[in-house]
Amino acid sequence: TMAATKASKEQKYDRQLRLWGDHGQETLENAHVCLINATATGTEILKNLVLPGIGAFTIVDGHTVSGEDAGNNFFLSNNSIGRNRAQAATELLQELNGDVSGNFVEESPDKLLDNDPEFFHRFTIVIGVQLPESTCLRLGSVLWNASVPFLICKTYGLIGYMRLVVQEHTVIESHPDNALEDLRLDQPFEEFKNHTNSYDLDSMDKKDHSHTPWIIIVAKYLEKWLSEHNDQLPKNYKEKEAFRQTIREGIIKTDGGVPEDEENFEEAIKNVNTALNLTKIPSSIENLFNSEQCNSITSQSSPFWVMLRAVKEFVHDEGKGSLPVRGTIPDMIADSQKFINLQNVYREKAMQDAAAVSKHVECLLRSVGKPPESISEKDIKLFCKNASFLRVVRCRSLAEEYSVDSVNKDEIASYMDNPDSEMVFYLMLRAVDRFYQQHSRYPGVYNYQVEEDINKLKVCVNSLLQEYSLSVNIKDDYIHEFCRYGAAEPHTVSAFLGGSAAQEAIKIISHQFVPFNNTFIYNAMSQTSATFQL
Amino acid sequence: MAVDGGHRISGCSWDGRWNHVRKFLERPGPFTHPDFEPSPESLQFLLETCKILVIGAGGLGCELLKNLALSGFRLIDVVDMDIIDVSNLNRQFLFRLVFTSILKVLFFSSLREAYSHFKKIQDFDDSFYRQFHIIVCGLDSIIARRWMNGMLISILSYDEGVLDPSSIIPLIDGGTEGFKGNARVILPGMTACIDCTLELYPPQINFPMCTIASMPRLPEHCIEYVRILQWPKETPFGDTSLDGDNPEHIQWVFERAQERAAEFSIPGVTYRLTQVMWLISLRLLFFTAACATEVFKIATSAYIPLNNYLVFNDVDGLYTHAFEAERKENCTACSQVPQDLQFPPSAKLQEILEYLTENSSLQMKSPAITTVLEGKNKTLYLQSVKSIEERTRPNLCKTLKELGLSDGQELAVADVTTPQTVLFKLNFTA
Repeated sequence: TMAATKASKEQKYDRQLRLWGDHGQETLENAHVCLINATATGTEILKNLVLPGIGAFTIVDGHTVSGEDAGNNFFLSNNSIGRNRAQAATELLQELNGDVSGNFVEESPDKLLDNDPEFFHRFTIVIGVQLPESTCLRLGSVLWNASVPFLICKTYGLIGYMRLVVQEHTVIESHPDNALEDLRLDQPFEEFKNHTNSYDLDSMDKKDHSHTPWIIIVAKYLEKWLSEHNDQLPKNYKEKEAFRQTIREGIIKTDGGVPEDEENFEEAIKNVNTALNLTKIPSSIENLFNSEQCNSITSQSSPFWVMLRAVKEFVHDEGKGSLPVRGTIPDMIADSQKFINLQNVYREKAMQDAAAVSKHVECLLRSVGKPPESISEKDIKLFCKNASFLRVVRCRSLAEEYSVDSVNKDEIASYMDNPDSEMVFYLMLRAVDRFYQQHSRYPGVYNYQVEEDINKLKVCVNSLLQEYSLSVNIKDDYIHEFCRYGAAEPHTVSAFLGGSAAQEAIKIISHQFVPFNNTFIYNAMSQTSATFQL
Repeated sequence: MAVDGGHRISGCSWDGRWNHVRKFLERPGPFTHPDFEPSPESLQFLLETCKILVIGAGGLGCELLKNLALSGFRLIDVVDMDIIDVSNLNRQFLFRLVFTSILKVLFFSSLREAYSHFKKIQDFDDSFYRQFHIIVCGLDSIIARRWMNGMLISILSYDEGVLDPSSIIPLIDGGTEGFKGNARVILPGMTACIDCTLELYPPQINFPMCTIASMPRLPEHCIEYVRILQWPKETPFGDTSLDGDNPEHIQWVFERAQERAAEFSIPGVTYRLTQVMWLISLRLLFFTAACATEVFKIATSAYIPLNNYLVFNDVDGLYTHAFEAERKENCTACSQVPQDLQFPPSAKLQEILEYLTENSSLQMKSPAITTVLEGKNKTLYLQSVKSIEERTRPNLCKTLKELGLSDGQELAVADVTTPQTVLFKLNFTA
């Protein structure tokens, strides 16, 4: 039955549902991922996408499985040797999850680009592994123009590399680590004021007094303060301390004048600092409001931009300069009734604000000829709840990174002030690509090549630095090490990239959490990593 | 319940199989460990001699097995007492694969000897653990980690106060928490141990009892009420503890929690929220990759190992940070120094018990406190045996003075978090 299937699927994925929610899981199940090259790195990435239940994958790989392929790859066996790598890997990956549809294409990506570049347009994301520079650039251009996110991954010896190429990626649920609460104590809304007025701290019995939520306490004492200080909020440390003192004095005392144990008052005092934070729109959101996409809404605009524009209009109208109320409050000492009542005040206000935003959304949709129901209430509510945390990630294209005119010289040079910074590995990977272009092989693959390739690789390093006018110093040790690697793909480094790349791919697919921007280097020798924007 | 079993399959090999690994073992390089000597024999050591113990066959454990096997390790033992169920499957894919005929051959052909032990780590003694070159933890449980940590410290040998390096068994440990995680290298007796850095572990979220018992506000409070108070009272499935992976248990808790929530008009009790098990994120399994890399480095001296703690956070982009966690001078596990307990003689034994469980660097679970009074061993309080708990419970309300304890008195404390008792010294304050 449908219910039974849903229940068993829920059971299967229950632990990750708590991280991404149902709608996050849905985006995964609708995703079709393309993996190019079923090397150890590739299959490790795909494993971590198949297990959580992506809808489908397609492996593109023209290679035949070799002995060394079967040695470092869990999804190839010695029985796979001699067969096409895409086919062999698809069989074993498919075993992991019957809900996922696995496909393969026994073809090199270059051939596909020659004959049918639009093949790649159907994918939610394309992950290219162990690809030479020329293929990356060709594919990068096709995918950029088709707005398909492209994630490039490479394991080279003990170095892991990832490059995200996506023109514009919007994130509604960024799940920030330490978000400030949205309590509006500096500009209380009508319903909140009415609610605080329903409390009379002086006439309460002890039980009620000790179980009044701290938010109410701060609001009450703030009201008093404002009336005595010309409507000015406590600003500096001295004033805040004086304000805290007024709250302290509100603690019930015994007949002997000793203050009782009132934890809710202690909470109020502790929270004064954050409670007095001014409600304001984060500058990141202001920037989004000022962007092109927000200001010119067309029928092509994605729901994100339509909703953002609606929120901007709300801010200038019903919101009176503020974002929609978030509607959540932190847990605090209080009796159940008082807490729930207070929570409901915020919740209802949030619903009200979301409804107002909804009206703006409908107007906008109508104005570009789209049905007003094309963005759901549920989505609008979610958007409003996350209004302070919206993020838009824009990566530079590969063309920009590689072109002599737009290469990010400053970023590279400043990191290379420290010649042992992870940036040196980025430059070495570029140099190794150059070597491959010139010699049709990677340096040091066979033992006898290691020594003699060092000088050849050094020539590539120097030509790279010269072409981009980079006056940085690359130590000989790194050139030696990269010859020593002999283009090895050790499994543990592949597995590390497998986890990180799958993680970032899921962020892209689900539009939750914030992906990296745009180059990630992992150094397994020292267990260090760095992110660059190139 | 499966019995202790061993599968001994002869390893097979083919041309080029270990090419990727060989490059790190047979070639000199500028960043290798000072002890490193390139040689074809290093590979043989990995394939035929190096014994690794993996603790935990859950998601992390399975990944570890795969990572180690594909890096050349073939003598691997696994200890775990977990039972597989549906929701565990997507991370325990190795077991699933193992039981599928095609892949059984694939997996076991990559291991020369793989023993799987369906037991608790506490079921083995030091003679079992001494046989391993390196031990790797892929565990959910802080208690189990601390126990393993304590075991390896207990087998260290000292020659006239100097640590004998050959008695050190490196412990590689990795754990996850949502989008964060860590990996660490512990050289018992030399570097920071698990207990040295106990404060780094996130504290359990404990709601105050009065909230749970009479003043719930959040759906979580309702669920905790059922879990902590109703379940032990009503024992709906007999005398078993609540199993977060058992759908029947969760369903029962869910329904009771809904009833309670209805009483207080609290919305938000959902089935999913009721599954109060620690979430292991699939996507952080690459932490086990970092651990496996360290095992490789230590086993082969190919590179200098991580010194000694790696943390990771990827809520916003990707961020890793490696640092050297320091040994704690008075660590309960590895410093061999009796811990100070500062209490006035008028303090009740209950206060000491609370200190032992709540202090962030101790975090004991159910400590049993004994001491020597008038030449005889006396149990002051012990929770794990019902009859003794009942007999010693009145002691909790007695003061230290009433119990006959004096200044400087040594208390021996046993707990699940450590294989050895921890010695405390009572220091009377005014």
